[in-house]
Amino acid sequence: MINEITLRLNGETRTLDVNPLKRLLDVLREDCGLSGIKEGCGEGECGACSVLIDGVFMNACLYPVGKAEGKEVITIEGLVGTENYEVLKESFEQAGAVQCGFCSPGMIMAAESLLRKNPHPTEHQIREAISGNLCRCTGYNMIVEAVQLASKRGEGLW
Amino acid sequence: MKNDISTPVKREDVSEKLLGTACYIGDLKLEDMMYARTLRSTEPRARLISIKYPEMPLGYFVVDRKDVPGKNIIKMIIDDQPYFAEDIVNYIGEPIALIVGKDKTIINELISKTNIEYEKIKPIFSIDERHETTTPIYGDSNTFAAYRLKKGDISEARAKARYICEDIYETGYQEQFYMETQGVIAEYQEGKATIYGSIQCPYYVKNAVVECLGCAPDMVRIVQATTGGAFGGKEDYPSLLAGQAICAAIKVNKPVCLLLERDEDLEVTTKRHPSRIKIKSFIDENHKILGMDAEIMLDAGAYAGLSGVVLQRAMFAIAGVYNIENIKVKGRAIATNKAVSGAFRGFGSPQAFFAIEMHMQNVAKKLRIDPLQFRLDNILKQGDKSTTGGVFRDKILLHEMVARVMEMSNYAEKKRSFQGSDNQKRRGLGLSMFFHGCGFTGNGERDHIKGKARLIKNEEDIVEILIANVEMGQGAGTTMRKIVSAALDIPISRVMYRNPDTDRVPDSGPTVASRTTVIVGKLVYDAAVELKAKWQQGVQQQAEIEYQYPEGYQWDNESFAGDAYTSYSWGVNVVDVEVDTITYESEIKGVWAVFDIGKSIDDRNVKGQIDGGIVQGLGYGAMEVMENVGGRFKQRTSADYIIPTAMDIPMIQSELMCEPYTEGPFGAKGLGELSLVGSPIAYAMAVEDALGIRINSIPVRPEFLMEVAENDKRNHFKTKR
Repeated sequence: MINEITLRLNGETRTLDVNPLKRLLDVLREDCGLSGIKEGCGEGECGACSVLIDGVFMNACLYPVGKAEGKEVITIEGLVGTENYEVLKESFEQAGAVQCGFCSPGMIMAAESLLRKNPHPTEHQIREAISGNLCRCTGYNMIVEAVQLASKRGEGLW
Repeated sequence: MKNDISTPVKREDVSEKLLGTACYIGDLKLEDMMYARTLRSTEPRARLISIKYPEMPLGYFVVDRKDVPGKNIIKMIIDDQPYFAEDIVNYIGEPIALIVGKDKTIINELISKTNIEYEKIKPIFSIDERHETTTPIYGDSNTFAAYRLKKGDISEARAKARYICEDIYETGYQEQFYMETQGVIAEYQEGKATIYGSIQCPYYVKNAVVECLGCAPDMVRIVQATTGGAFGGKEDYPSLLAGQAICAAIKVNKPVCLLLERDEDLEVTTKRHPSRIKIKSFIDENHKILGMDAEIMLDAGAYAGLSGVVLQRAMFAIAGVYNIENIKVKGRAIATNKAVSGAFRGFGSPQAFFAIEMHMQNVAKKLRIDPLQFRLDNILKQGDKSTTGGVFRDKILLHEMVARVMEMSNYAEKKRSFQGSDNQKRRGLGLSMFFHGCGFTGNGERDHIKGKARLIKNEEDIVEILIANVEMGQGAGTTMRKIVSAALDIPISRVMYRNPDTDRVPDSGPTVASRTTVIVGKLVYDAAVELKAKWQQGVQQQAEIEYQYPEGYQWDNESFAGDAYTSYSWGVNVVDVEVDTITYESEIKGVWAVFDIGKSIDDRNVKGQIDGGIVQGLGYGAMEVMENVGGRFKQRTSADYIIPTAMDIPMIQSELMCEPYTEGPFGAKGLGELSLVGSPIAYAMAVEDALGIRINSIPVRPEFLMEVAENDKRNHFKTKR
């Protein structure tokens, strides 16, 4: 079954001929050529495929593309180039929040999603916000510090 | 003023990782690439009678043992594990064949329509069954390795002892759970095999593929893709995937991508060895430990893999940080019909340190003396001898480290305030002391690896580091560039490091055993010194260094006597927990750590290794449960196998102390594995402390605590004295 699906992807309107049951994760990686979104588990446990759909933080591996009809999807590639991304990137770099990097785009999406709702989160709120994103390298604390740093540096941005 | 080498610098790999443009194996697309999935055994032990495949559509292929041009045995230490099962399968998930084609959905259908007829053989699931079996999986005694180690005279210690204390400890499986699952892409063009992969050890893969194909070494090329974490899990397993994928690429005459899904990766790849360790110690009236008699049993799984070497490291670490003059250790790695146990950060040492630290604590409690004082009174100092009779040549800073970590954690005051609580929630503190021997065990570096490192300078005076060691997240690329930049006294921007490609880099050995900084870093440093001495501006030059075993050290691999390692890193951890005596859940309230890793090459990378290792260790000690029932793992999905999240962990306070190693680059020693060893122990001790109970196995689960409570007649925990 192939349907025509129209969505806004990273600011551009895209019309795709795809099976509406295909996972958004696969559509983004295979049909749209976006490599920043990763598959870590395929079961909604690890958050490596995190995206924003109409501003809501989601796992693209559990999201059939048909549901994205008419919606706005933002991946890491859509954040790149924004001032928010620059602040997050510098903060992640400075705090040492990136090791193997496989969780990093998802972590950035989690941080962006949190800061949009709450520009001055507490440590506990940061931990809660990234708790759906697994990282096996850093032990999380340097990521928590990175988000704290971004919140401070990006004063007024979010 | 020049920057100290410990001052953090920007990591070159971070930018592309954040942008999402870093090319992991799953991001690499070759022209006409086919996909492969694995047909696996559903029986833990059986003879393969027949395999009935459905009719393969055009462009779909079966690849199995008949398609291996060379040896259908993965080159490792013992020749026992096939790429594709021959006539016997030995664990659930063992690969029998690949189905290769363009569409993954069709491949999955073909696999589900394949019928395998088995003739079951009585399986062996536990290390206890070794004595009963008449049909061993391996050898006559069903053990992949059986070693003995002796130091001093254990019978004299036994005769002189006033107290004898014997305990048994058990540790469970642990899955590496690197965020990126395992995968390789194989390509075969004009007789040349190329493998791209998520790997730790390019030359292990190369040597394996050469034997698999039965070809000349220069006809095989291995290229590391950006690697999304490994932790030992990508040490030996990628050789299996590479061999299978290249056989497929040759058969279908197209590049073949073999990428594991998470559940598959959890179920079939290597994991940390479960262990059972018996320790009997002999103690005199002054509470000095005179001797120790230990027995270590590792559950090795269906094939030998690296079990023998893991066992050696466990045996050599069994006396912990204590000076015990008379030692007898027996070790066995036992074959069972389960996935192969393999390398995981620590490599036998977390099991051994858990046993000895908990034992020391228990001995003191039995003697009704202060456990920490008892441990400190028996601690190693410079000049003492290791389990294998090697001399600890450098200063051991454990006393200072313990004093500092107690100060940082406010240990004494906390200890006082936690005592005697009758609250529903009880607090407890644990303190662990540990070391890690850096580099390969025994004669590995000298006789097996003989690492080589090369530097090449081009006409623009840009220096490239050519080594086989990989960046897998730990920061090796940055560490190496810093070492070369400092040794040559040139800006770091003029030093390059790329992912290794065996056609370009010499074999500097695998990225394992906490050896990259201390051993390969030193080779790179020495090459830089040589290059500096002959430096000519604007001229292409190179320098190559081969590993030299440092003078004054010795090792005999027959008797396990001498210096098992040439350097040691040390650590002390404190964990503070709160345990709910109704739900038996525990919360980690604080973690403090002091490490001696010699000179830190980059404080930020070092902190990353410390935090990451401690949290992985806490997962091992507190929550990561993997049980095998009837040959099948109960935790087969990422929803069942629970690793720590950001909510489970408090901020970790860590500091460094430095006893430099003269043979390390700038005095650096190893770190990667050390940071995992101590936290599970400190956690278990903290829970013991909180509830006034004994813990003799990890992971410490709420169910276990509940059981202990229910066994208590009064059905509640004793108030601590």
